[in-house]
Amino acid sequence: MIALKGVTYRYPGTQRDALHAIDLTVGEGELVGVVGANGAGKSTLCYVLSGYAPHFFNGTVEGSVQVAGHDVTRTPIGELASDVGLVFHNPFNQISGARYTVLEEVAFGLENMGLPRDEMHERSEAALAATGLMDLAQRSPFALSGGEQQRLAIAAIMAMQPRVLVCDEPTSQLDPAGTRAAFEVLRGLARQGGTTIVLTEHKLGWLAAFVDRLLVLHEGALVADGPPRQVLAMAMDHAWGVGATMYARAAQELLARGFIPPQSLLPATLEQVVESLR
Amino acid sequence: MTIIVRDAAYEYISGVRALDGVSLTIASGEAVALVGENGAGKTTLAKLLNGLLRPSQGSVEVEGYDTRSRTTAQLSRQVGFVFQNPDDQLFARTVQAEVAFGPRNQRLTEAEVEARVAIALSEVGLADEAERHPYDLAVPERKLVALAAALAMHTPVLVLDEPTIGQDGRGVERLGALVDRLHAEGRTLITITHDLDFCLAHFERVVVMAGGKILADGPTADVLSKTELLAQAQVEPPQLIQLAQALGWSEAPRSVAEFADVYAERKARS
Repeated sequence: MIALKGVTYRYPGTQRDALHAIDLTVGEGELVGVVGANGAGKSTLCYVLSGYAPHFFNGTVEGSVQVAGHDVTRTPIGELASDVGLVFHNPFNQISGARYTVLEEVAFGLENMGLPRDEMHERSEAALAATGLMDLAQRSPFALSGGEQQRLAIAAIMAMQPRVLVCDEPTSQLDPAGTRAAFEVLRGLARQGGTTIVLTEHKLGWLAAFVDRLLVLHEGALVADGPPRQVLAMAMDHAWGVGATMYARAAQELLARGFIPPQSLLPATLEQVVESLR
Repeated sequence: MTIIVRDAAYEYISGVRALDGVSLTIASGEAVALVGENGAGKTTLAKLLNGLLRPSQGSVEVEGYDTRSRTTAQLSRQVGFVFQNPDDQLFARTVQAEVAFGPRNQRLTEAEVEARVAIALSEVGLADEAERHPYDLAVPERKLVALAAALAMHTPVLVLDEPTIGQDGRGVERLGALVDRLHAEGRTLITITHDLDFCLAHFERVVVMAGGKILADGPTADVLSKTELLAQAQVEPPQLIQLAQALGWSEAPRSVAEFADVYAERKARS
């Protein structure tokens, strides 16, 4: 569903590759997390996958970007939009400003797709229900809190039912219950709906528990790709600026004090660390 | 610099009652975290503290003065505020000018302004970015510019609205170290955060909010161990406390070192 071959991207007027020689394949229905320090290229990867780079940001792309059957660098964003959805890091940047209510905002993308009215209603309400926004359907998008706007941004893209969903820190402003709900919705879309999902996040605990596969970007390069536990354990041994879950840090401290035997793989989730202490 | 909130309520023009009957005293030098679900009233409460909002009912006192008797400009010298979204705060053409704006308005000498800007930028790790346009920086860095601008004001009270959002592992560690240092210097610190691991590690007191009211208020590790109470505020305990609970412990460790100490003691007893 996603195939990047030798992809290098540079923003206009800069001297450094924001992404460098990325090779990446993601299959249908996979839920893939992307971590890395600020400036590592996470948001840029989101923009390249969704066509915003180069179509909106300009800049130069080398290599091949194939997403949902489109050659992204040669396909206009408008044409990509029904197959590839991008949830922006800052939801305020995503809200159209052209609609008065939350319900209308969710339906806005569907109107542009030319869907029948009944289907627009059905999809919009399903997306609002999934993101817990039904009670706010008649509120102005600009009267919502940051967290509520973020849920609206997810709902608006979900309603378009893209085959590939790219999310740039989609839960950054959500409370823990909202974060759990968002991850459950995303996992459901991947498992039951077959949606291919790539999301960047700093919340390692949630990633470790929910994603199938984790990538690490470091200074624009893809430096790790594998099961979350393996990748997070690797990240603790490298200066990639990824950090670690408190579960892994606790296990590492016990390991350092000799309370648990040396392991090749540090635990990353609550269940894994409890298991390792039994 | 004591802050006293008495039976405060706030209703937005839309009719949404964001705060309802909130009473709270924050003593000078305390480090307090406000936690709770989105829409609980945390940011509204924080905005009452520096006069960005005035209570619809009840009162807010900062250093003995009712905030209604002070201008926002006067209060801004007492209570610094770092917004959740830096784009609500930044307006200057360079990082340097942004951070200098507040101290210059305090009518400090240019030498003092420059010194404060240099120190503040160094504290947030942006010393090399002074001449850049804030909007040429990524959002996490813009948040640090906003923080530096507040730090340069040297206010006795500092409010940080979701400081860790968007920060990577290193950024969160840097923020934690900064909070610890400001706290040790006697600054009053108030944060709004969903990052309960950060809250547990760096704030001694936590106030849990839901539906515009205070549900709980007390020492961080104690309050954040009350799983059922936290669930009412859509909050889950920090990872270390979840781990201690999963192991059947009654102790609530605040750090990895404390966790390992408890583990060692329990191991020695068994």
